[in-house]
Amino acid sequence: MAGKVKYACDIEKSVLINNFEKRGWVSASADEDWNFYWSSVQTTRNIFSIENGYRLQDDQVINHFPNHYELTRKDLMVKNLKRYRKDLEKEGNPVSERDEEGRYKYLDFIPVTFLLPADYNLFVEEFRKNPNSTWIMKPTGKARGIGIFLINKLSQLKKWSRDSKTNSFAAPSGKDAYVISRYIDNPLLIGGKKFDLRLYVLVTSYRPLKCYMYRLGFCRFCTVKYTSSTSELDNMFIHLTNVSIQKHGDEYNNVHGGKWTIKNMRLFLEGTRGKEVTDKLFDDINWLTVHSLKAVSGVMANDRHCFECYGYDIIIDNNLKPWLIEVNASPSLTSTTAADRIMKYNLINDSLNIVMPNGELPDVRWNKVPPKEALGNYDLLYDEDLAQADILERDTKSRLGLSVGSRGRDTKSSFTGRPPPTTWK
Amino acid sequence: MDGATDMELSHLVDMVTRNLKATPLYTDMRQAAAAQAQKDSFHLGDLKQSLLSALEESGWERKLRNAVYREMLICAQRELSIAPPEDQKEPLTYMRKAQGAWEKRILKSLNSMCTELSVPLARKRPPQEQKELLSRWTELGTEEPDLSHFRPVYAPKDFLEVLVNLRNPNSNWTEQASHFNLWGLVQLPLRTKTRKQLQTDFSELSISEPQAGVDDSPEIPVDVFASERTKLGRRVLEAEHSPLAQQYAKKGCPTGLRGAIWAQILGVKVDSVDQLYYQQLKSYVIHHDLLIDSLIYKDVKLTAANDDYYFVFEDLLHQILLIFSRDTSVLKCFAHTSATPAKSYIRGKLGMEEFQVTYPPSGVIPFHGFTMYAASLCFVYDEPARLYFVFREMYTRYFFHLHHMSSHPQGIVSLCALFESLLQTHEPELFYHLKGVGAQPLKIAFKWLMRAFAGFLGSDQLLLLWDRVLGFNSLEILSVLAFAIFSFRRTNLLEVSSYAAAEAVLSDLTTLKLVPLLQLALFS
Repeated sequence: MAGKVKYACDIEKSVLINNFEKRGWVSASADEDWNFYWSSVQTTRNIFSIENGYRLQDDQVINHFPNHYELTRKDLMVKNLKRYRKDLEKEGNPVSERDEEGRYKYLDFIPVTFLLPADYNLFVEEFRKNPNSTWIMKPTGKARGIGIFLINKLSQLKKWSRDSKTNSFAAPSGKDAYVISRYIDNPLLIGGKKFDLRLYVLVTSYRPLKCYMYRLGFCRFCTVKYTSSTSELDNMFIHLTNVSIQKHGDEYNNVHGGKWTIKNMRLFLEGTRGKEVTDKLFDDINWLTVHSLKAVSGVMANDRHCFECYGYDIIIDNNLKPWLIEVNASPSLTSTTAADRIMKYNLINDSLNIVMPNGELPDVRWNKVPPKEALGNYDLLYDEDLAQADILERDTKSRLGLSVGSRGRDTKSSFTGRPPPTTWK
Repeated sequence: MDGATDMELSHLVDMVTRNLKATPLYTDMRQAAAAQAQKDSFHLGDLKQSLLSALEESGWERKLRNAVYREMLICAQRELSIAPPEDQKEPLTYMRKAQGAWEKRILKSLNSMCTELSVPLARKRPPQEQKELLSRWTELGTEEPDLSHFRPVYAPKDFLEVLVNLRNPNSNWTEQASHFNLWGLVQLPLRTKTRKQLQTDFSELSISEPQAGVDDSPEIPVDVFASERTKLGRRVLEAEHSPLAQQYAKKGCPTGLRGAIWAQILGVKVDSVDQLYYQQLKSYVIHHDLLIDSLIYKDVKLTAANDDYYFVFEDLLHQILLIFSRDTSVLKCFAHTSATPAKSYIRGKLGMEEFQVTYPPSGVIPFHGFTMYAASLCFVYDEPARLYFVFREMYTRYFFHLHHMSSHPQGIVSLCALFESLLQTHEPELFYHLKGVGAQPLKIAFKWLMRAFAGFLGSDQLLLLWDRVLGFNSLEILSVLAFAIFSFRRTNLLEVSSYAAAEAVLSDLTTLKLVPLLQLALFS
């Protein structure tokens, strides 16, 4: 064996360090010849910046893609997804089919969103169509619920815009930009409380796309009973499920931290709503995850030294339809409870097993998917190579005159109906 | 009911008929019969025959059969005898006395809590408070009154202490001549089943039979079993036949059908009368404040609200348990157990029989962990009234056995004895070792048994266990499971040298898989 793996790490979290040390890796500084770097997004950007001129070797692996923000910044994600739908429509791809009201049948999985100030007029037009709707304002570059507020009147938006203008005379730069999204005001409530899902998705390559879904995601519950009444718009404990916000609430519980495993949610939904609709919900979640990744796979700098473990935030409405709210490039590795700590340790462990097989020196030219036994709590979500091979096989069959099912829903049914081995089943 | 004498049988028939005549089914059927008789096509000549066949065709016969079956099941748990009432409650005098003394102790502790905190046992709420309570009915968990002075009336370990000190005065037991000193903590000469008998009773659990909880796991690629099971389950539900549903549950229910199957076994159908009844109980809660309410509140806070599986159901649990405390229909389960509900007197009428009231109205004083009986059901039912009636039925059929002293084979004392005898017989080395280091196995297992494992197993595994409780109509499976867990962790347990260490080995049961464990314990 060619020596020990050297790791560098920007974030001093025990769930990381314990995992590195368990594998017998040795610590190295960022300037040395590391093999594995768990870096902050800023470090990754610096390493890949042109001025730096740094070239990664075949035995170096890093935990972010250089321009991950194409997916993880709220405004860019929306932009990329809108473009992806248009491209598919141009191709005449059945996935981009629309219903009678002009909504996408299969790709309508993010709430209607506009960029502010750029799309202000478009927003006003949409708002006038539904004057009683509630909208949520989020700064594009911030996380953990910072700077978020709700509005249900245009005047509130105008006031905000006046206030922020008096603060600075400069034109709104990218950093000050906001996205405004239709607020999901019919969320699924469990025990009368609102929650969102935090799922972990590992991407090891964008072209071809290879991604994995983690089984041990969780629901984050608001501590206060949900009400859609507009008088409570200011009470952020009702609306935001971010643990960093909920922690400041009086009702925060240190034993469970408001976190409920996906497994429990599934048991509850199957028990009270039935198996079919629950299965469909989980299929829909997988579907939206794959398409959110496909939407950015074209623009992502697919550097083969990179992998990324994303935190997906999803809200389920009371029709059991999942909505993608946002994607985080650096999901929190801070543990709030004992169970949380174990889960996050396993998350890192399983992620490392996939990107650094056997904990040995990496070779980025290797681009296979590890065998099923090595995936831990991950399930293969999508492997473009396998999917292509599948399509080829089916094309051959259809040329031979074998039926391939009805057209139109063909692509969709390959996800939900009879799943080929390339998907999550 | 094999081997019952004619007299016992006719007594049973009497009892069932009497009970059924008091249900809405009786009046509904009479009305249906009258409606049939008024039809033109009806021949007066063979009135009886035509009526019977008409009722059969219109589905009434099935309903009647289900109702009779349900009564029979409840009767089966009791002594089928024409003995005097106190013997029907509990044939052993010393058991009756012990239960009586225990109840006095509970009552005393309740009363002293009243005096200490100067809160009344019950009071009428002022109108403003009623209104306020009604408005936050669905979010009772968010209000946090100061309950730091309230203590649970008793915990499983207090109850165990009492059970351990039970002695049979007829078995010549004395401190000096301890030739009758059993290994375990239970010192009563109770007859327990052997593993062989259990193998027969639970033959459907055998390894050769496919089971929900093993064969429906998502890791098994060909889910033939799961889909076949679901199909069969749908047919069982269509048949609307309780015994079928019960037989079905022996092999476990698919998650998606569990709610309906259980309701069918238990005969719970929430109709408009039930809804009305539920609303009435709710109004009782709104109108009066009981000391018990604070205890319930405290228990929910201490248990479910602090549990990573059940915390989301906190508000629902407050509703269900408060309503339960007001439900006088729960009292009928006291007729056949050694327990007697606590009595209190209306203020100023102390000692006057005619002003005596049961306290609380349901007669059930919750112990620490009581909440968990209901919490686990929240994974199956989310509509409050349905959840409530299933919980009440489960309580009166099964759970009340778990915290009353009795010599009944389903009673907690017998379950403890069964657990100890299984462990002594099949893991003697382990039992001896644990006893030697001061870790009597029952000391650890008792809380599992008393809570029917609620809150100890993983949420899905617990439901699979309760499937079997309902399916086999028996709590003995709890003792088998407790034995199985000790046996499964024996290697680690043999290494411990203190009670604390043994407890640590058995502190987390959430990773256990129920069915393989039971099979291992029963059939390997």
